[in-house]
Amino acid sequence: MAKKIGLEGSLAISEAVKLSNTDVVAAYPITPQTHIVESLAEMVANGELDAEYVPVESEHSAMSVCLGSSATGARTFTATASQGLELMHEVLYVASSMRLPIVMAVANRALSAPLSVWGDHSDVMAVRDVGWIQVFAENAQEAHDLVLWAFRVGEDPDALLPVMLNIDGFNLSHVTEPVLLNEQADVDKFLPVNRYPLPLHPDKPVTMGAFGPPFIYTEAKKAQEVAFSKSKDVIMKGWDEFEQVFGRKYSPIETYKTDDAETLLLTMGSLSETASLAVDNMRDQGKKVGLLRIRLWRPFPFTELRKAVANTKVLVVLDRCLSIGGPGGPVASEIRSALYDQEKRPKVVSLIGGLGGRDVTPTDFEYMVNRGVEIAEKGSDAEYEMIGVRE
Amino acid sequence: MADLTWKDMEIGNIVTTPGSAQSYCTGDWRSDRPSKVFEDCIKCGMCWLYCPEAAIIRKEDGMYDFDLFYCKGCGICAEECPKKCISMAEEEEV
Repeated sequence: MAKKIGLEGSLAISEAVKLSNTDVVAAYPITPQTHIVESLAEMVANGELDAEYVPVESEHSAMSVCLGSSATGARTFTATASQGLELMHEVLYVASSMRLPIVMAVANRALSAPLSVWGDHSDVMAVRDVGWIQVFAENAQEAHDLVLWAFRVGEDPDALLPVMLNIDGFNLSHVTEPVLLNEQADVDKFLPVNRYPLPLHPDKPVTMGAFGPPFIYTEAKKAQEVAFSKSKDVIMKGWDEFEQVFGRKYSPIETYKTDDAETLLLTMGSLSETASLAVDNMRDQGKKVGLLRIRLWRPFPFTELRKAVANTKVLVVLDRCLSIGGPGGPVASEIRSALYDQEKRPKVVSLIGGLGGRDVTPTDFEYMVNRGVEIAEKGSDAEYEMIGVRE
Repeated sequence: MADLTWKDMEIGNIVTTPGSAQSYCTGDWRSDRPSKVFEDCIKCGMCWLYCPEAAIIRKEDGMYDFDLFYCKGCGICAEECPKKCISMAEEEEV
């Protein structure tokens, strides 16, 4: 039986990295991700985890080491946040284009300036298009489970893609919650050894990262795009098998009291637990409100989203990221695009909040629902609205 | 190679044949083409030594010539030749 213990979100991740028998960890410490790699360094030093721990001088180097190690077929993990993720930016594209199944945890944090170590989704939204599978965990248990799933999916011969696991900085990375620590025997059943098909090896030399002149670049990108789209099947299979072994079920989109809901809130990450309290309150008041949470951000779950909002009048999307001068928060913009061609679709209201660690309370979510309905009824000239700003 | 489709791409565009760069013609990057007056050459090998692309070939009789499959036409050989027997001329459209 899996043991239930109190565990910080960061440690829930590093425990899962240990259970995954990870071969290489290359990382640079940055708040609020530090506890993850700090505890991994300790596990390696104590001989609890038989892995190579590579301390590097920057996040750019961390991801570069991960490329090299993953290319040899070694199971590879790293973690970062905020400015560190942006410093890795160009290397992230290389990892996905070279189809290297690296797993990375990102403890989401705001971007400077002003300097902020606190949480929002600005960092991950800047790397939407890098070709990584991207998921958002809601709590420590999910973060723990999704690490195992990430290796399982990323390394699947039908996927071979890097996976980014997002957890909210502090709200999840630094909060201690009850976690069912998975059993090694179950993990071994669920997660086979890494079997990268064409690893770097002196016995069979290959060239990785060759250049692609104009006559072949487009074909290379098409091949990558097709592989990424197909990874959805591997993702779903991974969650099915996870449920069979561990008994917990995960899906691309989670719904809460949505069946008869006229207004839906949509969030990503740990704020969904807060939002669900607001939904309960408003249900008690007789309001038909529900909640959607996107777990799978890339590949975007179009079918599941369209189905989930089919009978809704108003969809209020909370973005924890500002797309200045753009058509709305990044999540809201994508949802508007996803629904544009639907005959029946809700009015999508884009609200921006929870920036740079600003708390979002159940009362704030109730305000968002009311404001969303108001905008939907009366209309608004603005593409989006920032909430909780002192005037 | 130019008729490869996206379905022919190896995972991650990995090239499984070592040394394949040898078959890549860099000669067509050239805008200036070297030529030389062989009678004036003293076989000193300065062109061979200075060529950054190893595109000067030393033949069996000790004479140096150009490997136009790789030569990018930088003109360093012409600049360095102590006898000034190498000259560069603009390539003509074929």
